[in-house]
Amino acid sequence: MVLDLNVSIRENNSIPVIDLEGEIDVYTYPKLSDALQYVFETYPNAKDLIVNLDKIRYIDSTGLGVIANGANQIKKINDGFINIINATPQIKKIFDVSGLISANFKIFDSESDAITSLTK
Amino acid sequence: MTNIKLTIPSLSDYVGVVRLTASGIANRMKFTHEDIEDIKIAVSEACTNAVQYAYGDSPGDIEIVFSIFEDKLEIKISDSGKGFDIDADVKTKEDDPEKIGLGLGIVFMRSLMDHVDYDTSVNGTTVTLVKKVIS
Repeated sequence: MVLDLNVSIRENNSIPVIDLEGEIDVYTYPKLSDALQYVFETYPNAKDLIVNLDKIRYIDSTGLGVIANGANQIKKINDGFINIINATPQIKKIFDVSGLISANFKIFDSESDAITSLTK
Repeated sequence: MTNIKLTIPSLSDYVGVVRLTASGIANRMKFTHEDIEDIKIAVSEACTNAVQYAYGDSPGDIEIVFSIFEDKLEIKISDSGKGFDIDADVKTKEDDPEKIGLGLGIVFMRSLMDHVDYDTSVNGTTVTLVKKVIS
């Protein structure tokens, strides 16, 4: 069984979306870090970035650390936010335990919910 | 009580193997799906700390012992590295946004398991994690 992380990047209503599939841990988190840096360089004026966790089966503190660091960056550069979508109840619990949600990023149940809110 | 022992090199590649083993053992013990996910995260966090801090640039071994009791699973994660000051390390990491995930690892272990214990010295560190079976 291969434990890996697949990353792809697209746009929805001009908002960059990072689709993730697999597991985010100490072995795979550099791929997520690279994807965030790529998005920040490709979309230097973006105020919002969506991270789609629909196909993420596992995330730990290393993954949350990368997302929190990315959220700090987009906040500093454009006063923007990272928006998490499609997190499982277990992953929402991890975000909750981390205490990072309100300070660093927003969580939406679905991509359509996020797009509706972010394009108002 | 039954013991299952696993030894991995202190390389990030192998943390997922420990997670898979923990998941298999916890599933066999009839833990709930939520508890199994909690155990996977806690054991990964302990292994991640050992991978990142125990040995510096020269990898060593990490030994994981799963002790299966009727009413609980006890997991000991041991390295023979340089040891560390838990409270000082958490503070340092919280002050450094680049390393925020590392302080979080200790928060997760404490939040997700029923009991967590650290035994650390210049000869190495053992983290003990306990999750009770709710019948």
